[in-house]
Amino acid sequence: MPAVRPVSPSAEVFVSGKLRRFGPPLLLISPSLLLIGVFIYGLMGQNLWMSMTDNHSAAQANDREPISFVGLENYIELFATEAFRHSMANLLLFTAAFLIGAMVMGFLWAWLLERPLPGGRFFQTVYLFPMAISFVASGVVWRWLLNSNQGDNASGLNRLFQMVGLDFLQNPWWNNITFGILAIALPAIWQLSGYVMALFLAGFRGVPDELREAARMDGATELQMYRLVIFPQLTPVVMSALVIIAHMSLKSFDLIMSISKPANYQTKVPAVDMFLFKSSYDYANSAAVGTILLAVVAVLIVPYLINQYRESRR
Amino acid sequence: MRRRNFLYLTGGTLAAVGLAACGGSDGSGSSGGGDGDGKSVEVFTWWAAGSEKAGLDALVEVFAEQYPDIEFINGAVAGGAGSAAKDMLQSRLQAGDPPDTFQAHAGAELNDYIDAGQIVDISDVYDELGLREAFPESLLERLTADGAIYSVPSNIHRSNVVWGSAAVLTEAGIDPATPPASMDEFLAQLDTLAAAGVTPLSVGAAWTQVNLLEAILMADLGAAAYNGLFDGSTGWDSAEVTTALEHFETMISHTNTDRDGLDWPDATQQLIDGTAAYNVMGDWAVAAFDEAGLAPQDDYVYFELPGADQIFGFLADSFTLPEGAPNPEGTRAWLDTISSPEGQLAFNLAKGSIPARTDVDTAEFPEYQQTAVTSFAEDEICSSIAHGAATSVGWLNAISDATSQFTAGATDLAAYQQALADIATENQA
Repeated sequence: MPAVRPVSPSAEVFVSGKLRRFGPPLLLISPSLLLIGVFIYGLMGQNLWMSMTDNHSAAQANDREPISFVGLENYIELFATEAFRHSMANLLLFTAAFLIGAMVMGFLWAWLLERPLPGGRFFQTVYLFPMAISFVASGVVWRWLLNSNQGDNASGLNRLFQMVGLDFLQNPWWNNITFGILAIALPAIWQLSGYVMALFLAGFRGVPDELREAARMDGATELQMYRLVIFPQLTPVVMSALVIIAHMSLKSFDLIMSISKPANYQTKVPAVDMFLFKSSYDYANSAAVGTILLAVVAVLIVPYLINQYRESRR
Repeated sequence: MRRRNFLYLTGGTLAAVGLAACGGSDGSGSSGGGDGDGKSVEVFTWWAAGSEKAGLDALVEVFAEQYPDIEFINGAVAGGAGSAAKDMLQSRLQAGDPPDTFQAHAGAELNDYIDAGQIVDISDVYDELGLREAFPESLLERLTADGAIYSVPSNIHRSNVVWGSAAVLTEAGIDPATPPASMDEFLAQLDTLAAAGVTPLSVGAAWTQVNLLEAILMADLGAAAYNGLFDGSTGWDSAEVTTALEHFETMISHTNTDRDGLDWPDATQQLIDGTAAYNVMGDWAVAAFDEAGLAPQDDYVYFELPGADQIFGFLADSFTLPEGAPNPEGTRAWLDTISSPEGQLAFNLAKGSIPARTDVDTAEFPEYQQTAVTSFAEDEICSSIAHGAATSVGWLNAISDATSQFTAGATDLAAYQQALADIATENQA
C-alpha cells in the first residue's frame, strides 16, 4: 500500500496505525451511525425546532402560510393551561403508582418463588403470562372490569364487590378527576409485575450459593442475609427494572386510549395531548409536548446511562 | 485486494443508505403511487362495518353498472368512528400520496384541507353534472367556501333526534305517543324517570356529549342565534347560552355514570335493553333499532328536542378531489355515481340516511327516513358541531376537551362557558 504522505517515518506509522485500528470498525458501524444520526437525532432536532415555531394550522403545515420562530412561547402557554398541568400531574401519579406497584409485586413474587416450592414453576409462568398480551387487548377487558357504574347498574369489579358483600369498596375507578388515573395503573401493574419478577429471579439466581452459605456460617439470620448479602447484589437488577418500567410508564398511550377515550379529561396524559394536537393540525404544540416527554424520560435515563458508563470503566 | 473490495462494498452501502435517507426526507414531492391510467379509483372512507358498509357496497354496485371500465379500489380504514381513518388520511396527504377521493364531513371540517391546498375546487363538476339544480339551496350554501365548492355530498344525516324507549316511558307513566312540548316538560320527565329508577337519559363519551350539547343549543337558541355562534353574531358568553348550558348540566346529571367509557352504540343499546328511557343521537341510530328488531312508534319513539324553531341538525358525508390525485378521471366517475339519483337512492336506502338530491323518489324509504326527508325540506337547517359541519377539527377538539372537563366535574358552569367563549374567539379569527 503506498504511503499517505511522505513525512517522517514515525508519523506515517502513527497515522496508518490509527487508520488500521479504527478505520474498519468505523466503516462498519457508519451505516447505523448515519441512520441513527438522521432518523433519531436529526428528527429530534427537527421536532425541537418545530416546537419553537407558530405552526398551529393546516395551512402552515403545508407551506401555504409562513411559519415563524417564537422561542419558548408554546412551552410557556402549555404550562399556563390548567388542562396540560392536569395531564402532567396525571403522568406523575400514574408513573409513581405503576413503578411502586410493579416493583413491590414483582419483588414479592420473586422472593416467594425463589426458594423451591411445589408448583413454583407453574406460578412463574402464570405471573409472566399477562406480559404476552398487548395493552390494547387487555385494555378492552379492563374497561369492562373498571366500569364506573355503582348500585343497580354496576358491572365489572363494582358488581364483584357487591356479590361478595364489600359494597363500600365500589368506586368510580378512572372517572375520579384527580386520582382516576391510578385505576389505569392497576392493569399496567398487573401486566408488568411478572416481568419484574423474572428480572428479580434472575438477580437472585446470580447470587452464588457460596455467598449464602458463607453468610449462614457466619451466623447471619435469614433477614440479615437478604439485607446485607443479597440485596446489594441486586442493585443492577433494580436499576434496570426501574428504568424499563418508568420509561414505559412515561410513554403510556395505548393502555389509556383503550380503557378511556382520548377526549376524557380525567385520564389525559401528555402522550394523549400530543396525539390530539397532531390530529388538530397543531404541529407546534404537538412537537412541544413531545419534547417535554423526551426531557422527562431523559431526566430518568441519562443518570442511568452515566452510571452504566462509569461501571464499565471501572 | 480483498480488503479493498471490502472497502468499496462498504462505501457503496454507505452511499446507498445516504441516498435512501435523502429520498426519505424529501417526502413533500409529488410521488403519487397510483398508475394514473384512469382505469381505477381508490375511494378512501371509514365505512368498514354495519350499515355504512352496506351503503358503500350498494354504491359500488351502481358504480360498476355506470362505469364498468373503471376498477373500484376500496380504501376503507376501520376503527374509532373514523378517527383512525382521518389520522391515516392526514399522513397520506402530508406525504403527497393522496387517494383518488376521500370521505369527509361537508362543511367547516373541509376548511383545513382547503387551507392546506390539499383538495381542489370542483365547481366545474357541479356545472357539468347539473348538481346546482339537483341539490337544495340551503345545502349548496353550506358546501360553498369563498365562492368555490370542494365536495359532493352522498347523503345527509340528522343529528338532533331524541330517541325514547316506549316500554320504559309507559312504565314510568309517560305517554310515549305525545312528545314533550317544551324543554321544561322534557326536564320534568327526566326527573320522573329518575324517580322511577331507570337511567333517564343515556349518553356516551365526549363526542356524544357534544352531540347532546348541540341539540340543546339548537332548541334553546333557535336557528338564527345558533348559526350565529359560528360567525360571531351570537356570543358564546351570552345569557341564552348560559340557559342552554344549565339545561345541559341538568341533563348530564340524569345520565349513566359510566358514560365516558361508552361509544354511541353502547348508549343506544341501553334503550334497546330497557335500562334507559331517552337518548339523543343522530339518526344513524335507526339502524341499531332495526337490527334489534324494534318497530317505530310501538317499541321506540323519536322527536326533536322541543324549542323555538323546528330544526334539522345537519351533517353530510361528501367526497372530494384531492390535489395530485393519481386518477382524476376515476374520481370524476365516482363523483358522478354518488351524486346520481340511482347512486343516492341505493346508498341511502342501505345506510339509513337521506339523499342530498331533491329529485330522488323517496317512496321506497322506511318510515323514519320519510320524516327526515320532510324535515330537511321544511325545517330550519343548523349545522352540527359534533360532526364537523359547523366547526373545524381544531375547534371541535377544543369543544370536546372543554365539555369532558365540565362533565367530569373539573370545571363549573361559568368556567365551562368562559372556555367555550375563548375557544370561539381563538377559532373565529
